[in-house]
Amino acid sequence: MKISYSKQDRYVYTGLRFFSLVVVCLLIAIIFQLFKASKLAFDEFGLSFVLSDFWNPVEDEFGALAFIYGTVITSLLSLLLAGPVSIFVAIFINEFLPKKLASILGVFVELIAAIPSIVFGLWGLYYLAPFVKNYISPFLKKYLGFIPLFQGTSFGIGILTASLILAIMIIPTITSVCREVFRSIPNLRKEAALGLGATKYEMVKLAIINPSFSGIMGALVLGLGRALGETMAVAMVIGNNPVISTSLFSSGATMASVMANEYAEADSELHLSALCYIGLLLFVVTFIVNLFARTIVWNNSRKSRS
Amino acid sequence: MKVIRQRKMKNFFFYFALISSSLVVILPLLLVFIFLLQKGGASLSLDFFLNNPKPVGETGGGMRHAILGSFYMVGLGSFVAVPLGLLCGIYLSEFGKGKIANSLRFTIDLLTGVPSIVVGIFSYLIFVVTMKSFSAMAGAFALSIIILPIITRTTEEILKLIPRHVKEAGLALGLPRWKVILFIVVKGSRSSLMTGIILAISRAAGETAPLLFTAFGSMYLSYSPTEPMASLPVQIYNYAISPYDDWQRQAWAGAFTLIIIVLGLNLFARFFFTRKTIYRAIKNKLFKKNEDRT
Repeated sequence: MKISYSKQDRYVYTGLRFFSLVVVCLLIAIIFQLFKASKLAFDEFGLSFVLSDFWNPVEDEFGALAFIYGTVITSLLSLLLAGPVSIFVAIFINEFLPKKLASILGVFVELIAAIPSIVFGLWGLYYLAPFVKNYISPFLKKYLGFIPLFQGTSFGIGILTASLILAIMIIPTITSVCREVFRSIPNLRKEAALGLGATKYEMVKLAIINPSFSGIMGALVLGLGRALGETMAVAMVIGNNPVISTSLFSSGATMASVMANEYAEADSELHLSALCYIGLLLFVVTFIVNLFARTIVWNNSRKSRS
Repeated sequence: MKVIRQRKMKNFFFYFALISSSLVVILPLLLVFIFLLQKGGASLSLDFFLNNPKPVGETGGGMRHAILGSFYMVGLGSFVAVPLGLLCGIYLSEFGKGKIANSLRFTIDLLTGVPSIVVGIFSYLIFVVTMKSFSAMAGAFALSIIILPIITRTTEEILKLIPRHVKEAGLALGLPRWKVILFIVVKGSRSSLMTGIILAISRAAGETAPLLFTAFGSMYLSYSPTEPMASLPVQIYNYAISPYDDWQRQAWAGAFTLIIIVLGLNLFARFFFTRKTIYRAIKNKLFKKNEDRT
C-alpha cells in the first residue's frame, strides 16, 4: 500500500513534534524534581536560608549567604578584570588588525573557550596560586594595603586567584559577543568619523563604543552568567571555606563549588536538600541573567538593522 | 598645537592599551600550554595509556580505565543527544511556528545557559535517586543534556542558511516535504552539521562538573552502564587534589591527554569540515537570540 505524500509529511511532522515535546517535558520534569528535592530545606529554613551564613553539615544547620557572597564577589571581580580587556581585544581584532592576523587572534581567543575548566583549575592550583602568593599579593599589599580588600595574609588559594581564573575563562564569551555587536555598525559611520579628521581613538569612541553601548552591556551580562555557573576551576582554587571576609586574599566558597565538593559526600537528607536548594537558586539566577543579556543583545542587533 | 598633541597622545595610549590587552589574553593560553607540555608531556608514557590504576601507595599505573570511560560515556550521551538534537533543530528551522516550537525554543535557550553543575544535579535527581547508586548511565545522561541544546541551536542556524528557492525547487519537482528536508536541506549542509556535532561533543568531553556525582568515578575498568565509571576529567580532579606526588604527576599527564583530545576535535571540526563563513555563522548564533528571518 502506498502512502500519499501529504500523509507521509504529516507523519514526519507529527514525529518531529513528538520529539520536541519529549524534550520540553523532560525539562519540566527536571525542574519539578529540583523543586521537590529542595522542598525539605525550603520548609526547614524558608527564605532565611539566603540570609544566614552559618553552614554546618554536622549539626544540620544550613545557610547559603557565604556562598552567595563568594559567587557574587568572584563574578563581579572577574567581570571587572575581563570586561575592559575583552572590549579592547574585540576592537583590536575587528578594526585594527589585517585580516589574516585578525583571524589568527580570533582563533586564539576561541581556543581559550575550548579548554576544559578542569585544565584551568589544575593550572590555577599549581601555578597561578603560587604566583599570586609570591608576586601579586605582596605587590598589592605594598601599594594598596590601606584598603581592607588587600589586607591579611595570602596563601595563594582564595578569592583573588579564583577571580583571575574566571576572568580568563569569560574573556572569549565577552569578546565574541562584542565583535558581533561591533560588526553590525555600518562602515559609513566609521569613515564619516575619520573623514572629519578624528583620530582612530576618537573614531572608535564616537562611532563604535557609544552607539553599541547597550550591546556591550549585554555581552558583559552574558559573561557574568558564565562566571556565575563556572564550577571546577573555581572549586580547585578558592579554598572552599564558607566564610565572609572583606579581604580578597582569604579563601571562600561559591554556590557552584560547594555543590561540587559536598554533593557526593552528603549523607543527611537535609544536607542534600540544602545543596539542591543552592542549585535551584543558581539555576534561577543564571536563567534570569542570561535572559536579560539575550534581550539586550537582541534588541541592539534589531535596532541597528532597521 | 597643544590640542593636537593631546589628541595624538590619547591615540597613542589607546594603541598601547589595545596591544597590551591582546597580549594579556594570549599570555595565559600560552602559559597553560607550556606548563601542560612541560609537566604533562614529561609524565606521559605508554604505561599511562595501557594500565589501570595501581592501589594507593604503589607508583605506576595509568588512566586507561578513565580514558575508555570518557569515550564510553561521551559516546553513550551523544548516541541519544545527537539524533534528538538534529530532529529538534530540523523541527525548529523547518516548521518553527506554534506553541510547541516556541516552548522548545525556550527550553533550548534555558538549557544553553544552565551551569554544568546544575545539569549534574538534574541527572542525579532523575537517575541516581531512582537507581540508588551512581552509574555511568546517569553520567551519559548529564552529558547528553550538555550536548543537546548546542546541537539543536547549531542545526537550526545552519539549516536556516539554505536559501528558500532551493527548497522551493525541490518542492516544485513534486517531492514530499520530508524528502526535501532530508535529501536537499540536510544533505546539502551535512559538513557544517558535522562541525556543529563535533564541537558539541568536544565540549562534553571536557566537562567535569556533571560527572562528579552521577558517574562518580572509580578505580577499575568497567563497561557496565549501571555501575560507577571513571572519566578522564573526574580522574584528573581526584588526582589533582590528592596528596600523592605520583597521582599529581598523573593528573598532569591526564590533563595533557584531555586537552589533546578536546582541542584536536575542536580544530579538526574547524578546519576539515567546513568553510569559514559557515563556521562563523554557527559560532555567532550560539550566543544570540533566535531571530525570525523571512
